[in-house]
Amino acid sequence: MRTIEHYLPDHPFFAKLDPEALAVVAGCATNVSFAPGEFLFREGQPANQFFVIRRGRVALQVHGPSAGTVVVDTADAGDVLGWSWLVPPYVWLFDARAAERTGAVSFDGACLRGKCEEDPHLGYELMKLVTQVMFSRLVAARVRLLDLYGNKETADAGALYAAAIASGTSHDSPG
Amino acid sequence: MTHLADRLSGQPSGAMIPRLFRVADRRQDTSDTFTMMLEPTDGVSLDFIPGQFTMLSAFGVGEVPISVSGSAIEEGPLQHTIRDVGAVTHALSRTAVGDVVGVRGPYGTGWNVGDADGGDVVFVAGGIGLAPLRPAVLEVLHHRQRYGQVVLLYGTRSPEDLLFTAELKRWENLGVQVLVTVDYGTESWNGRVGLVTTLVARAGFDPRSTVAIVCGPEIMMRYAAGALIERGVRPDRVRVSLERNMRCGVGLCGHCQYRELFVCLDGPVLPFDQVTGLLGVREL
Repeated sequence: MRTIEHYLPDHPFFAKLDPEALAVVAGCATNVSFAPGEFLFREGQPANQFFVIRRGRVALQVHGPSAGTVVVDTADAGDVLGWSWLVPPYVWLFDARAAERTGAVSFDGACLRGKCEEDPHLGYELMKLVTQVMFSRLVAARVRLLDLYGNKETADAGALYAAAIASGTSHDSPG
Repeated sequence: MTHLADRLSGQPSGAMIPRLFRVADRRQDTSDTFTMMLEPTDGVSLDFIPGQFTMLSAFGVGEVPISVSGSAIEEGPLQHTIRDVGAVTHALSRTAVGDVVGVRGPYGTGWNVGDADGGDVVFVAGGIGLAPLRPAVLEVLHHRQRYGQVVLLYGTRSPEDLLFTAELKRWENLGVQVLVTVDYGTESWNGRVGLVTTLVARAGFDPRSTVAIVCGPEIMMRYAAGALIERGVRPDRVRVSLERNMRCGVGLCGHCQYRELFVCLDGPVLPFDQVTGLLGVREL
């Protein structure tokens, strides 16, 4: 496996960082691994890291008394996981569970926050990168809110059924 | 626009009369989706090209357009995979082996996946949209050596809604890169969770030589086509299948008219660059 210093410049998330900024970021990073079922972080815990997944898969999930555990997103190799380290009060809002054996680079968010405060240019550059990830996730989440594959027609069909029968037509979607 | 009489002149006589097919077998794919295997009562098989649809009749209830989901190459019963969402599809879901249904068609345009000969093929399916893609996947697998990378990106609402799960494994073993994602998973689901369009960036294919075939809800197709074009696939090489209220299937009634297009005749499969503007028009 390549060292963090060699891995980061080739990663799309870090590709736009200049070498100096990259060195600072790499200085806050360590390689970590997780067994299947192990948690990278839990809801409510302080959010002092973020991760770049190198291999495996992480399930981002939430648990509710009636819904049980619902996986709302997954992060695969190449994905950046976690932005709560950058947003007060720096607390995780979901659980992150290794769905399979997972290797990642873990970044010390508290350390990076301190360096960003000292160097606003680095802070701004990092903020732009994280915002891009947040933007992509927000768009994906909004599209999924549309429940594209949901069986909305069923509800409509009930109301339309009587009219369809009366008019001799029906209201079906093609398969 | 072509004159309607010219369009209709190509239709065989009796295009509005259903042929009788007997239910030879039936398979429940998910809680609300099933596959019917139909045999013609007159023994004359129905030839179609992948992407085409037929009008299926549940006698006494109505007719509904359903894409063919079986192989266009191999001999066997006519297959339709149907979601039980309305009066006709519900009546069809209640048919038993031996019952008779009506079939008109096939109608419409096909995927023309052969255009990808020598290049890569990317299939993007959302929900029940995998069913109309299946004949094209089977065609590609039948001539596997003609194509480069073959990719299937497939998204559904939940793991329970996945279609053809055993076949997905088989396709993977035949060299198809199959990436599956669901909108919501449970703790027992260790696959991907997320939007199907996010798989476009992960898939291994050369966009310059790719023909992309997209089928699913219209909004999903818009986003999927956008992701494919952003990756570098030419808009005229992205094909989508439009879903409109087809009734006659021969361009006569106008129910499926989409501005200048009759979806039953000019579609359902159309190049994305031909419908890009239409998909964004409100109240069309």
